[in-house]
Amino acid sequence: MEKKKFSFKGMHCATCVQTIEGALEDLDGVQEVRVNFASESGVVVYDPQKITEEKIVETVAGVGYGATVQIGGNSDHEKLEKEKALNSLKTKVTVGLGVGAVLVWGTFPGLMETAPSILKNFYVQLLLATPVQFWVGWEFYRASIPALRNRTANMDVLVAIGTTVAYVYSAVVTLFPSLVERAGVEPEPYFDVAVIILALILLGRFLEARAKAGTSEAIKKLFGLQAKTARVVRGKAEIDIPIEEVRVGDVIRVRPGEKVPVDGVITGGESSIDESMVTGESIPTDKHMGDLVIGATINKTGSFLYKATKVGQDTMLSQIIKLVEEAQATRAPIQRMADLISSYFVPIVLMLGILTFVIWYVLGPAPSALYAILNTVAVLIIACPCAMGLATPTAIMVGTGRGAQMGILIKDAASLETAHKIDTVVFDKTGTLTEGKPVVTEVAVIDGARRVLPRAFSQENPQGDPFLGVPRPASPLGLDKDETELLRLAASLEKGSEHSLAEAIVNCAQENKMGLLQATKFKAHAGRGVEGQIARKKYLLGNALLMAENKVDTKLAVGEMQRLESEGKTVMMLSEGKKLLGLIAVADTIKSTSREGVGKLQKMGIETVMITGDNERTAFAIAKSLGIKRVLSEVLPDQKEAEIRKLQEAGRKVAMVGDGINDAPALAAADVGIAMGSGTDIAIESAGIVLINKDLNSVPRAIELSKKTMRTIKTNLFWAFAYNVLLIPVAMGILYPFFGLLLNPILASFAMASSSISVVANSLLLKRGTIF
Amino acid sequence: MRTDEIVVILLGVSSIVFVWWYFLGKKRKEVRVSESVDIIVDGGYSPEVISIPAGKTTQFNFLRRDPTNCLEELVIPDFRIKRGLPLNEKVTVEITPKKSGEYTYHCGMNMYKGKIIVKG
Repeated sequence: MEKKKFSFKGMHCATCVQTIEGALEDLDGVQEVRVNFASESGVVVYDPQKITEEKIVETVAGVGYGATVQIGGNSDHEKLEKEKALNSLKTKVTVGLGVGAVLVWGTFPGLMETAPSILKNFYVQLLLATPVQFWVGWEFYRASIPALRNRTANMDVLVAIGTTVAYVYSAVVTLFPSLVERAGVEPEPYFDVAVIILALILLGRFLEARAKAGTSEAIKKLFGLQAKTARVVRGKAEIDIPIEEVRVGDVIRVRPGEKVPVDGVITGGESSIDESMVTGESIPTDKHMGDLVIGATINKTGSFLYKATKVGQDTMLSQIIKLVEEAQATRAPIQRMADLISSYFVPIVLMLGILTFVIWYVLGPAPSALYAILNTVAVLIIACPCAMGLATPTAIMVGTGRGAQMGILIKDAASLETAHKIDTVVFDKTGTLTEGKPVVTEVAVIDGARRVLPRAFSQENPQGDPFLGVPRPASPLGLDKDETELLRLAASLEKGSEHSLAEAIVNCAQENKMGLLQATKFKAHAGRGVEGQIARKKYLLGNALLMAENKVDTKLAVGEMQRLESEGKTVMMLSEGKKLLGLIAVADTIKSTSREGVGKLQKMGIETVMITGDNERTAFAIAKSLGIKRVLSEVLPDQKEAEIRKLQEAGRKVAMVGDGINDAPALAAADVGIAMGSGTDIAIESAGIVLINKDLNSVPRAIELSKKTMRTIKTNLFWAFAYNVLLIPVAMGILYPFFGLLLNPILASFAMASSSISVVANSLLLKRGTIF
Repeated sequence: MRTDEIVVILLGVSSIVFVWWYFLGKKRKEVRVSESVDIIVDGGYSPEVISIPAGKTTQFNFLRRDPTNCLEELVIPDFRIKRGLPLNEKVTVEITPKKSGEYTYHCGMNMYKGKIIVKG
């Protein structure tokens, strides 16, 4: 069953709801329809096997309305409802504070002398306080009643009991003063206490709600990035349609300055696209025919046509939003303590309140009953479980949101928490530190003349560092007959392989327009190479290990191989049976951000390690150019996980950065798995953090973000706990025997209101401050 | 010691015992469901403890009647679900647990809790 939200157009009365619902309910495959008139939207639950989204839209159109699929997000209805609730809260706070101020004027010693006598009248005070107690205070009663019925206690129960005690006592004093006089207490009401507490706590709640909305701002911003319309090519015409109506396969025109509406592949034209909103990468990327474009990114220069490949909730932006939302649903381990305490907190505070009353009544100074009541109220009011409840989730919300803006997707709160403890980062080489698109750089035939293929160096690399250079594939004229044959044989063997080295060889052969031969009995040896038969002859193509296993004599090639490997190239040998035919060297280019990213990690005191299936020489050569000192080379794919575990057993907190299927077990085994967003689905699935951009600087950034978030969580938890641990005893009167100090219930409510706001505000600070 | 003081002490002790029993000594009733369950969200979750079979999809239909913002968010961490619960609007969450065990669901601040017991 699939559930989709639709927006409806043209609804003008409640009967329209029935018309739409009736029409859709009659369709085979529709299980449930709920249409909301106020928000002009509805939800349809249907079986996608039996009925399509288009059919639903068509049916609605058939009865005279427009329908489009809604993409994620809160409905307007929900937003309106929230706004309404906030406005009502604002009114209550204003009335409460206004009445409270008047009451304080009439009762507060020092102030009351200036007040008109009418305000000093207890009956007038009762009249003013009663509506506030029950209308403003209804928020608390309303929440307390069902909670109490469910045998749970929340903060509202504490506030409701606390203020009711103050109000009822004051009402009794006003209506039956003789009762309290008989107990030796001067009849003096505390209406101001009840009213001000209610108003201040609601004010706190109002401000907290406003601040809390800021914690999910990043997600809202992501939603807002979406284009509203798309210019779709229909026949010879180009028409603008709402983005919700774009379907997979539609050809879309994007002009300079416009947003790319959905994900797709360029079919005509080229441009430079600003992808910063999705990847965090600030430099626009050049896109040509066949390149992927991402919805919500901005087209800078050219106009191009592209074919939509992903729409609606399948687009990258929607997936990012989904991942971030899912992450925010998970709980950080650090929260466990706060969770445990908060589940006992309110009942314990209630018990402490009762205890306070008994102690003050029995042991307190005269008038003990009054002291007992006021201190009990203070205890009930000062206790603030909210600050504890908000401490971690708000920081996680802001932290994950900030990450998403930088192109760092944190998939769960636990990864965000663990990342700050990381002391070792293991990088997979291919596709992570390097571009992962190796190209053939040399072909050498044994017994023939070795030929070094031409290579161009990029302008960014004037010194000619071989690792930053962009090797160019062999030109057709650059190879002699023997070399061409060697490459042809190798490419024919590798045709069936999916290894990146194989791709380099096949590509080189194809670019040189070599016809490939038919290879049979193909067999891949993980981490070693491949074998196969061509024209009834058995060929092997792979590393020294494969050759040794098959007893191929490689003596003649050793010197050349060592030279190439010391340059960081991967060398593969081709043999016909046991006879070595030649060598093919393949090199991968290092990503421009790798060196910087590694350097930053090292500055943070984190050890960087490179893990690769390459042999030691090649691996060290690349590691050296990156500044990585520790290299785990010749690691077979299935051993990567074991290597991570070995590091962990040595007491290291390990982050693994990788992108391939073979990295998945290591990513899962590491304390924090970091997958490159361009990597395979399974790698992304196994990782806790996904870097949407290919920028290796994101690794230190993610760790830095984790550090900052954890610092915020710890400060929040410290204040939330310290606040309750210190102030509850003060409210109980622990300081009274020593200093004669008591906590005024009004001050208690002020402190309570500010405690949860301060926690949210502290979390919001995470939005500021630079992260590299 | 005066009589009123003795009365206050006795009342106080019995109230403390009552609070303990009422809030912390609560036994939650387990409700067995196989396909779908309606959960009313009002001052907590009712029913609170739901037992479902493993390997099958169960629909949880949450209906929030409580207007306070405490319960406006639903979180089921083990299934990575976080949903807003609009007032008086049914929100359906589908869960297909693979492993048996106990999973909690709670409000945004983890003050109100419920339990999903998955039986293999």
